[in-house]
Amino acid sequence: MSQLKSLGNAKRGFLGRIHSICTEGCASILSPAELESRLIEMGFVEGARVEILHEGIFGKDPIAVRVDNATVAIRRREAMAIMVD
Amino acid sequence: MLAPLATSLNLALVGTPNSGKTSLFNALTGSRQRAANYPGVTVERKSGTIQTAAGRTVTILDLPGTYSLRGRSPDEEITREVVFGELTGEKTPDCIVCVADATNLRLSFRLLLELKQVGRPMLLVLNMIDLARRRGIVFDLDRLSSELGIPVVTAVSVRKGGTADLLAHLNALAPESGAPRASTWRPHSASELRALQREADRIITATVTPPARPDTATTRIDSVVLHPVAGLLILLTVLFVMFQAVFSWAQPAMELLSGAFASLGQFVHNELPGGLLQSFLQNGVISGVGSVVVFLPQILILFLFILLLEDFGYMARAAFLMDRIMGGAGLHGRAFIPLLSSFACAIPGIMAARVIDNRRDRLTTILIAPLMTCSARIPVYTLIISAFIPQRELCGFINLQGLVMFGLYAAGIASALLVSFVAKIAMWRDYEPSPFMMELPDYKLPRAKSVALGLYMRAKMFLQRAGTTIFSMMVLIWFLASFPQAPVGAEGPAINYSLAATIGRAIEPALAPLGFNWQIAVALIPGMAAREVAVAALGTVYAIEGGKEAAEQIGQVLANNWSLATALSLLVWYIFAPQCASTLAVIRRETGSSKWMAITFAYMLALAYVGSLVTYNIAHALGLG
Repeated sequence: MSQLKSLGNAKRGFLGRIHSICTEGCASILSPAELESRLIEMGFVEGARVEILHEGIFGKDPIAVRVDNATVAIRRREAMAIMVD
Repeated sequence: MLAPLATSLNLALVGTPNSGKTSLFNALTGSRQRAANYPGVTVERKSGTIQTAAGRTVTILDLPGTYSLRGRSPDEEITREVVFGELTGEKTPDCIVCVADATNLRLSFRLLLELKQVGRPMLLVLNMIDLARRRGIVFDLDRLSSELGIPVVTAVSVRKGGTADLLAHLNALAPESGAPRASTWRPHSASELRALQREADRIITATVTPPARPDTATTRIDSVVLHPVAGLLILLTVLFVMFQAVFSWAQPAMELLSGAFASLGQFVHNELPGGLLQSFLQNGVISGVGSVVVFLPQILILFLFILLLEDFGYMARAAFLMDRIMGGAGLHGRAFIPLLSSFACAIPGIMAARVIDNRRDRLTTILIAPLMTCSARIPVYTLIISAFIPQRELCGFINLQGLVMFGLYAAGIASALLVSFVAKIAMWRDYEPSPFMMELPDYKLPRAKSVALGLYMRAKMFLQRAGTTIFSMMVLIWFLASFPQAPVGAEGPAINYSLAATIGRAIEPALAPLGFNWQIAVALIPGMAAREVAVAALGTVYAIEGGKEAAEQIGQVLANNWSLATALSLLVWYIFAPQCASTLAVIRRETGSSKWMAITFAYMLALAYVGSLVTYNIAHALGLG
């Protein structure tokens, strides 16, 4: 099993599965519970296949993530809460 | 099948954003739809009533798209309240129609499982089924229906007859008898949300077979369109083509319209005896309303682009590309669409700011939207530029007049970014960027019928506004400019004796440092109704007969009466131009408070005053005044 890391730190082309959602200590404006709910509502659930398809031009932010068969745009700040392997 | 029932039926369409809910609504109701606002909130209420083949009346309500029933934004709260039958004045729907994009079921199915807990009769519509089948996705519809415990029908909302299944089903649908089941819905914890998503994923795995080779068209287009460099270049090109179109394609139609209004005015002038009624109809009603209706072609072309880009799926990409860039000025990526619309008119722009769910981001966007150069400023710019800026080539290929026009647009954008930046620092010191999380939907070819319907609804709204708000303002202005009438044997234009002139002279001392005379001050008052009216007002003040060559004549008179410093000062004034009553009214309605209306007016007035003061004095010092 490969090492656990945060989707917010992954590079373009990263391909993996969601291990867990860990919103504690995430720098988002949203409360941890709210952020977790929103991520789940956008399909970021344990076991889902994720791939970083695109990055923005400045600071490589935001990122476009393929989650199963849908594409979601998200900022790295919030993507930090998504733990992948 | 049950015998068709004579009773009427109330449906509510619920679905995630991008589920094709609105195109299904358009396909069902066509032009029989009505758009209004829910009382007290700024959420658009779209409904339509249709007759099925068997003569049953079906009322369909298109609810705002949502991913859950939690109700995070005013839009989503409306959806929840209607679904629960808790919204006063809205009938409890007989059936909740959940619309899902057949090519992308995951998020829709999680919402559907939540909706089922409400305990009302439900129906699932698998929309865009043709697209899904062409991609090789196979559905076990019977199994799907039994797994979900609700009827399932398929639909192709973009093709004629694509809603036949749905209509047949509605025809047979019996209103549920007996007491409704109690709702078991309550706000979900994260683990319950997870469980629902797992259940949704399980149902999808059991009933839907994905294609052997997934469709890669969207991914391939995105590899260019979302490329950090190429993507931005494409975005700039799209914007460039759009503005070219708005300004050049609309020209013939606008000339036709203004010609038509001028002839109508002339007709009234010739047919009626000279006097108050003639003046009221010609100057007050026809030229007043006409001067605004003339912008219809520009607004339609702009909305044509916006609707096409939206339907194609490009708008979400534009927000993605612009998010970080706009973030530097304290704006949310989603503010891109409202600000773009503001180049046509700030009113649809401010209304489009509803897509931003964070209140601060939304307020900042509303605050700066009027700084985008709206099409109403174009007549003012054109008049002054053609009168004062020589038609000359710079470096052989740059047109000096065009350059000044471009500079005015650039100044508007720059000041908007500056204001947003200052607002971020001054008002919201604890500002944290709100999250940017949105689906990038698969690309889809826009359908002509759906776009045409969208344009029709926009045109209707615009003309209604011209017929009500602007019309009443015009009547008021005509009154101010006509009364009291000039005494018999008086010299000079009659307007010199009117209330408008009195007001103009009263505020002239305040505007004198900007190089404005009382005639300009008078023109700025009708400019309150709509900025472009200032042109007509200047014409009236300088006692020029309206008509086709009027613009050139006014230009000539202005060039003789004003210094270049005054002209430049007025141009700068109009970059900020706080005076547009309809924009201010929309800001009050959309923010729900007069405070933000007052703030917008005050800051724009201050910018305009300081900007013009500086411009006039510099120009004067350079010997241009």
